[in-house]
Amino acid sequence: MSQRYEIRFSGAGGQGLILAGVIMAEAASIYDGKQAVQSQSYGPEARGGASKSEVIISDTAIDYPKATIVDALLALTQEAADKYSHDLKEGGVLLIDSDLVKRIPAGNFKTVAFPIINTAKIEVGREIVANIVALGAMVALTGVVTKEGAEKAVLARVPEAFMELNKKAFQTGYDKALAAMA
Amino acid sequence: MAKKVAFLQGNEAAAQGALYAGCSFFGGYPITPSTEVAEVLSIELPKVGGKFIQMEDEIGAMAAIIGASLTGAKVLTSTSGPGLSLKQELIGYACIAETPAVIYNVMRGGPSTGMPTGPSQSDVMCAKWGTHGDHAAICLVPASVQEIFEETVRAFNLAEKYRMPVMIMPDEIGAHMRERIVIPEPGELEVINRTAPSVPPAEYKPYDTKFGDVPPLAAFGSGYRFHVTGLNKAEDGFPTTKAALVQAEEERQIRKVDANIDDIVTFEEYLLDDCEVAVVAFGSTSRSARFAVNEARKAGIKAGMFRIKTFWPFPDKQISALATKVKAIITPEMNLGMCTGEVKRCSAGNAPVSGIFRVDGEPINPTQILEKIKEVM
Repeated sequence: MSQRYEIRFSGAGGQGLILAGVIMAEAASIYDGKQAVQSQSYGPEARGGASKSEVIISDTAIDYPKATIVDALLALTQEAADKYSHDLKEGGVLLIDSDLVKRIPAGNFKTVAFPIINTAKIEVGREIVANIVALGAMVALTGVVTKEGAEKAVLARVPEAFMELNKKAFQTGYDKALAAMA
Repeated sequence: MAKKVAFLQGNEAAAQGALYAGCSFFGGYPITPSTEVAEVLSIELPKVGGKFIQMEDEIGAMAAIIGASLTGAKVLTSTSGPGLSLKQELIGYACIAETPAVIYNVMRGGPSTGMPTGPSQSDVMCAKWGTHGDHAAICLVPASVQEIFEETVRAFNLAEKYRMPVMIMPDEIGAHMRERIVIPEPGELEVINRTAPSVPPAEYKPYDTKFGDVPPLAAFGSGYRFHVTGLNKAEDGFPTTKAALVQAEEERQIRKVDANIDDIVTFEEYLLDDCEVAVVAFGSTSRSARFAVNEARKAGIKAGMFRIKTFWPFPDKQISALATKVKAIITPEMNLGMCTGEVKRCSAGNAPVSGIFRVDGEPINPTQILEKIKEVM
């Protein structure tokens, strides 16, 4: 069980969290040569509603595909922070959007906060890449996949015209998380 | 040459498996959580000369694939609970007209619209009893992305081999989960095609039992003409009410599956050799069960798992034998006791059977199973 590393990306439907989870899992599975399973849970709404994407990474075969004790959690909305932080492990890491999550869940874990969505909007230039900013931050905070692997996985998923934008989003999130943790 | 490795969703693997098996016609109507199958095939089928059609509803989709199958195409539809309910009338038609067809049904909460995005395993009885009348049923319940690919191929093989509709039913977790898959090379997995007639068109009868319980099926458009109906039929395909013919025809349709159970039923035995408590599970729940069994073994409990891969026909013989060997059986499932009832029937009182049931849209987690293992031991 200690070999399992569990990551949950949570927020609202439409924020691109499922894709962020898929890219993290592809980084582990395709580029880093580990085992990975990605699953998701979302409501019937096309937009809005609490949404989560879970990624299990391991050196060995993965049986149960859902999270048991979460090592790292991203919460992009207050609802997600309230709903999905209960099984975050002691000593785990919680990344929140500091503009959107005002009531920080209590627990024995490290909380890292920065304005993720505003960073995407203002510093990177497009709000739509907030999920990639968050992904960059989660890669920095967890260290469970290589930065190179994750970057390759991001670029394999985006059209040519948006390569630079996504590269910038990933790097910005990566740097911001390290700065916020320091 | 290096094997082709991909990171795919279960539904995407089903679409790839269908293409591998030679599927050339898809008729469907989109529904969560199965829509990705239609999405992929709408792009891929035209590239290989196949046809994709989105029909006006699920009934129309089922009718379309039956028609296409009769022209010799290998056919697929994909759906979920509410769609499966709608298809039942035509599934019965495919049964009596002995038409090969594959129905990929992703199990979500029900009845009715239920919980569209939540996982469930509550359609397994619908696979057998959904359409009225006596008829055989084959239903496969894969547990991983790799297995969804392989079992989709097998579903086509069984449909073609036994000339009947075959269901493959992953639950929402398996269908939407993404994991690594090694795509088999062409030729690596067996691909079966229906038997074509060996007699000239003038001598052809579509249900000619001199060729056995599964008569050869001619393709419309190939020079052979025959009658297709939902009525009980004689060997020439035309309706009949002659008692002896109807009795023989109905019994043959059941027999073609019953007499070939060992060819159809597949399962996995995990740590059962010295097992004292057996978990009988299928689909994604079997992944929780394997996790729990491994944890129980670490705690010194002789736990094991019997994983059902073919739900219908049910592995009666194997479960009966298991019940005489173990002290207790646990049946976790995302419904209120469908598999548990079958396991109780087969174990015939030889081992106590304890179910774990969840219908709240959440998966059965390994801890629940582990606690039950400790409780019964």
